[in-house]
Amino acid sequence: MHVGAIVGIVVGVVLAIIFGGGYNRLVQMRNQTRNAWSQIDVQLKRRYDLIPNLVQTVKGYTKHERETLESVTKARNFAQQMSSSGAVERAKAESELSSALARLMAVAENYPDLKANQNYLALQEELTSTENRISFARQYYNDSVLKYNNTTQMFPSNVVARAFGFKSSEFFELTVAEERQAPKVSFT
Amino acid sequence: MALTIGIGAILLVVGYLIGLYFFANGYAGLIVALIIWGIMNLVAIFQGDSILLSVSKAKKIKKEDHPRLYNIVEEMRIASGLEKVPDIYIIDDRALNAFATGRDANHASVAITSGLLQKLNRDELQGVIGHEIAHIKNRDVLLMVMCGILLGSIVMLSWFASRALIFGGAPRSRTSSSSSGGGGILIIVAIVLMIIAPVAAQLIYFAISRRREYLADASSALYTRYPEGLASALEKIAASTDELRSANKATAPMFIINPFRKRGMAANNFTSTHPPIAERIRILRSMTGSSFANYEKAYEDFYRGTKKIIPRSALAETQTLDIRAPRSEEVGTLKATIERRKDTSDALWQINQYRTIDCECGVRLRIPPKLQDSTVKCPHCGAINRT
Repeated sequence: MHVGAIVGIVVGVVLAIIFGGGYNRLVQMRNQTRNAWSQIDVQLKRRYDLIPNLVQTVKGYTKHERETLESVTKARNFAQQMSSSGAVERAKAESELSSALARLMAVAENYPDLKANQNYLALQEELTSTENRISFARQYYNDSVLKYNNTTQMFPSNVVARAFGFKSSEFFELTVAEERQAPKVSFT
Repeated sequence: MALTIGIGAILLVVGYLIGLYFFANGYAGLIVALIIWGIMNLVAIFQGDSILLSVSKAKKIKKEDHPRLYNIVEEMRIASGLEKVPDIYIIDDRALNAFATGRDANHASVAITSGLLQKLNRDELQGVIGHEIAHIKNRDVLLMVMCGILLGSIVMLSWFASRALIFGGAPRSRTSSSSSGGGGILIIVAIVLMIIAPVAAQLIYFAISRRREYLADASSALYTRYPEGLASALEKIAASTDELRSANKATAPMFIINPFRKRGMAANNFTSTHPPIAERIRILRSMTGSSFANYEKAYEDFYRGTKKIIPRSALAETQTLDIRAPRSEEVGTLKATIERRKDTSDALWQINQYRTIDCECGVRLRIPPKLQDSTVKCPHCGAINRT
């Protein structure tokens, strides 16, 4: 056979392997980011489900905190409405819910009867854990997105990415500074 | 990777030599070695974790038994990207230790001692759990089991060969094998290798075990974004003097730190399964961020650039990641300690199937599982309680 034809075939096979392998890797990474996003979703929903129970428990012990409780319920409903919007609006709604919750927990510190209630303690643990889980899910999502974005943008895999239409994803950043810090417990 | 190939090569060499020496056919020996290895593999992989868990007297818990522990494990699962939460076991022992086992991510288990649950705060416990989950995610358990089997096969084959040498004398010559002169040298080489082989294999096994421990430390820092948690946990664990009752030499590599460190099994030389704790703590505390690249830098700084630890594939895409703020409030207060003790003892009662009745005077009555009486008298106030 013609030498040129053989070289052409070899080059073709090599390119197919590179493009095929690169495509598979990009698909795997993109699926990982989608999976990670749905994990965030699961944990946010978990928070919505916990809040009504928490509000009920606190309401029984606190006579003067109506406003705080109402703001938590409102923020929760708003966040639930926003759950089908894009990442940026959703992050904003979730951040507001986080700060409303932080205010409620800070206020609850003033009621020793409430703090001794077993139900409240269990709920507090669940809520702390849910906040942690949201944070870890976000962390895992952002790590996956970073890996995926690196692959779509760096040479040589960006060639494959552009050829098959893989686009970079956006990060999910909760903007409220309070959410990042540990709640300070006062012993007064 | 190179170390694992090394230990596999030793098995193949030993098998071949045995074959040459006893059957005058190297490949027959190779096949025998591989068959023994294969059988041991199957047993260990499919029954290994249940054997290990029952030897350690670990008891499985459900979420309601100890919600805080369950939540911590679930959080680490999310951070590491595992699909399924591993089974969680508690070992009723005052010693501080933990281990992970399981042949793949879907059949994994994590076991913690009750001593550990009592002494560590949330961040520290999360660091330990992160380390164990990292072992599962990095498939260290499978790796160490297979290396252990390789090691066991090598030791066993060498032992049989050496016994046969001592009692059997020179091999009967079968078909026309090698001439006597060449045969003599071969015998000497075979003997030397069969004595060296098990020793070399052990050293490689320990070296692999230590490397995976460093990688698990680095992974835990990455998942929690808080290396100080694990560092402070290791400090507490190292300071405790209680020894784990149910550990033995076979299960020692699985634990988070060497359970025999006080008994003379050295903690920091090349025959130890775990790196020295002080070194692990110092590397974790000198990290300036929480990524693999940060751990690698801290490790290289510690060894002044002479050694590397993180495999290159894991280093490829990470750069510096931030360390987050601590999450445990009330670090070390009496209140927190009491609460942890209560949590742990509640969990232990429940997994041993004791029922709980709260008497009106405030005393909590624990009813053994086999008790058939319909009423129980409270020892404090004398009230009769219905079971």
